[in-house]
Amino acid sequence: MKTDDDTARRLYRLMVTTRALDAEATVMQRQGIIPGYAPLKGQEAAQIGSGAALDLARDFAFPTYREMGVAVAMGVDLIGYFASHHGSWHGGLYDPLASRFAPINAVVAGSVLHAMGWAKGEKLSHGTGVSLAYFGDGASSQGDVHEAMNFAGVDDLPVIFFCQNNGWAISLPTERQVAGGSVAARAAGYGLAAEVIDGNDVVEVFEATNRALQRARSGGGATVIEAMTYRVGPHSTSDDPGRYRSIGEEQSWALLDPIDRLAQQLRAAGADDAFFESARTDARETVETVRTGLVDMTDRPLTELFDFVFTNPTPRLLEQRDAYLSNAYLSNEYASEATHG
Amino acid sequence: MAETLSMQAAINTALDEILTADDRALVFGEDVGTLGGVFRVTDGLAAKHGSDRVFDTPLAESAIIGMSIGLAIHGFRPIPEIQFDGFAYPAMNQLITQLARMTYRSRGALPMPVTLRLPSFGGIRAPEHHGESLEAIFAHVPGLKVAVPSNPSDAYSLLKQCVADPDPVIFMEPKSRYWHKAEFGQPAEAAARIEAELPIGVSRVVRPGRHVTLVAWGAMVARCIQVAELAAEDGVDVEVLDLRWLKPLDVAGISASVGHTRRAVVVHEAPLSAGLGAEISALITENCFDSLRAPVQRVAGFDVAYPAGPLEDHYIPSVDRILAAVQRTLEYRRG
Repeated sequence: MKTDDDTARRLYRLMVTTRALDAEATVMQRQGIIPGYAPLKGQEAAQIGSGAALDLARDFAFPTYREMGVAVAMGVDLIGYFASHHGSWHGGLYDPLASRFAPINAVVAGSVLHAMGWAKGEKLSHGTGVSLAYFGDGASSQGDVHEAMNFAGVDDLPVIFFCQNNGWAISLPTERQVAGGSVAARAAGYGLAAEVIDGNDVVEVFEATNRALQRARSGGGATVIEAMTYRVGPHSTSDDPGRYRSIGEEQSWALLDPIDRLAQQLRAAGADDAFFESARTDARETVETVRTGLVDMTDRPLTELFDFVFTNPTPRLLEQRDAYLSNAYLSNEYASEATHG
Repeated sequence: MAETLSMQAAINTALDEILTADDRALVFGEDVGTLGGVFRVTDGLAAKHGSDRVFDTPLAESAIIGMSIGLAIHGFRPIPEIQFDGFAYPAMNQLITQLARMTYRSRGALPMPVTLRLPSFGGIRAPEHHGESLEAIFAHVPGLKVAVPSNPSDAYSLLKQCVADPDPVIFMEPKSRYWHKAEFGQPAEAAARIEAELPIGVSRVVRPGRHVTLVAWGAMVARCIQVAELAAEDGVDVEVLDLRWLKPLDVAGISASVGHTRRAVVVHEAPLSAGLGAEISALITENCFDSLRAPVQRVAGFDVAYPAGPLEDHYIPSVDRILAAVQRTLEYRRG
C-alpha cells in the first residue's frame, strides 16, 4: 500500500475507537442515558479514511447526523459531539470553528450547500483549504446536492462531495433511490471529477480523499467521491431493519467488515498482538471517558432556551425570557438567574 | 437644499459605501453583476468593486442562501439578492431550517450576518410569482429579522443597519417605490441622523395626527399618507406610523401612537388571515385596551394569491378601503 504503515495503524486505531463508541452509544440508549442515536457500524472506513485526510489547519468538514467517526478522526470533543444525541443541544456542544467541524445538521442535504459556500469563501480568500460535504445516497435525491455541485462546477470551487452510499435510506434501497447507476455518475453533468471507491477499505478512502484534496488545493476544483459501504445497523435506535431487508444481506456485508480487513493487512505487515491490544485499550478508555461525561452531563441552563436565537436579540425575546424565568412556578435557582443574569 | 433621489439609487449608494468600507462584504445573486440587477439596484457595483466582490450566481435560490451561510461561516458578510419575492419560495428550506437557526444551533459560535435583499410586494402589474408579500412568513421564523423601507432615505440607512447587524435580516424592497424620488440628505448626514435617532426596531411617525393611527410599511405608507390628506379635508386628523421593522416590532412606538389617537387601522398588502395585522392588532389590544375607542381594524389583501393585471388594484388595499376602515373606527359606538 502507498499509505505508510504508521498511517494505516493510526487509521486502524481510530476505527476501533469509533466502533467501540458506536456500540456503547446503542447500549447507552437502551439504558436511558441518551434518548436516541444513529448508528454508523460498517461505515467506519468511509468516515475515518476521509476525516483523517483533512488538514485541520485549513480544511473544514460539514457533517450530517451520522458522522461520529469523522468527529473521532478530526479530534472533535466527543462528549460535546454526543451532547447532540444526549438531547442537550441539537448542534452539539463542541466548538465548530476550532474543531473545523460544522454543527451536527439534521436536515438531509442541508449542509452540502454550506460546504460549497465555504469553498467559495476560501477561493475568494486565495487560500488552499478545502471543504468536505458529507451526505448519503438518500440525500443525493435532494435538489440542494445538485445545486451545490453545479455552483461548484461553474466556479471550480475547492470542495469534496463525499457520498457515503450505505445501501439504505431508512427503508429505501439505493436502486430505488438513485437513477443513472450511481451518485458519482452525476458529476460528469457538472464537469466535476468523480470516483467510486470501496468505502469499506480505509486505505482506499484515505488515498482517494487525499487525491481530491490535492486536486482542489491546486485549483482543479471539486470532486465527487462515492464510497460504497453498508449501514450494518438500523437507521436509528428507533428503526427495525427486519421490516425491509434480509438477514442474508446483512451477513454478506459482515464479511466485508472494514476493521477486520485492515486488521488482516496489518497483521500480514507485521503488527503484533500488543498493537491490537493497545488499540482496544485506547478505545475502552475513550468509551469510558465519553460514557462518564454523558452520565454526568447536566441539563443546559434554562436561559439557553432563549440565549442564542440572535447575536443581537430582539426586545420581545428578552421580555419573554425575563417573564418566564421570573415566574413563581419555576425554582428559585432560575428566578435568581433571571434577576442576576 | 437637499437633493432628491430614488429608492433604487439610494440602495445602490448604500451598497457602494458598504462595499468600500468593509472588504468582507459581498454582493451576489442572479444578474446582479454585469447587468446590475433586473431593477438596476446593483448597477455599476461590479465594475467598481470587481467580480470577486459583486458576482452573478447560477439560477438557484436555495444555493444562493446556502452559499451565503457557508460564506458567513468563513467570515464574510454576504448581501445576497433574490431577484423577486416569489423566488424566495425555493430557498425557504435554507432560509428557515439553516440561515435562521445556525446561530442557535452553534450556540452563537457561528453568527450569520447575512442581509437578504428581496424586491417585494405588488403594484407593478407583474407576472405571477413576481409580486408577493412574504413578511408574515419571515417574521414568524425565530432567528430572522425583517426590515421594510418606505422611502429612499430609510432604504439607505436601514440597509446599512441590516448589514452591520450580526443577525440575518430579510430586507424587503417595495418594488413599486423603486423609482419614486424623495428628498435625500447627504448620505453621511442621513446615516448619522438615523443612527442617532432610530435604532434597530424603531418605527417613525411620518404624519402626526390626533384621531386615528394608520399602521403601515413599505408601499402602503405612501398610500396611507394619501388617505390622511383626504381625511383631513373632512376634518379627520390621521396619524401615519411607518413601522420600518417588522421584526423586531416597535411595540412601544405602536402603543404610544395608538395610546393618544385611541383608534387604529393596520394596513398591509399580504392576505388578511394570519397576517401581521393580526399580530399588531393583538399587541394594541394587550397594550392599549383601556384607551381604545373602537376595535382595531385591518385592511389587507384578500385571502387569494396576488391576481393579474387590473384585479391587483382591487386586491391591494385602496385609498377607499382604508378610508372606509377609518370611518368605521370613528363611527363605532359601544353596544
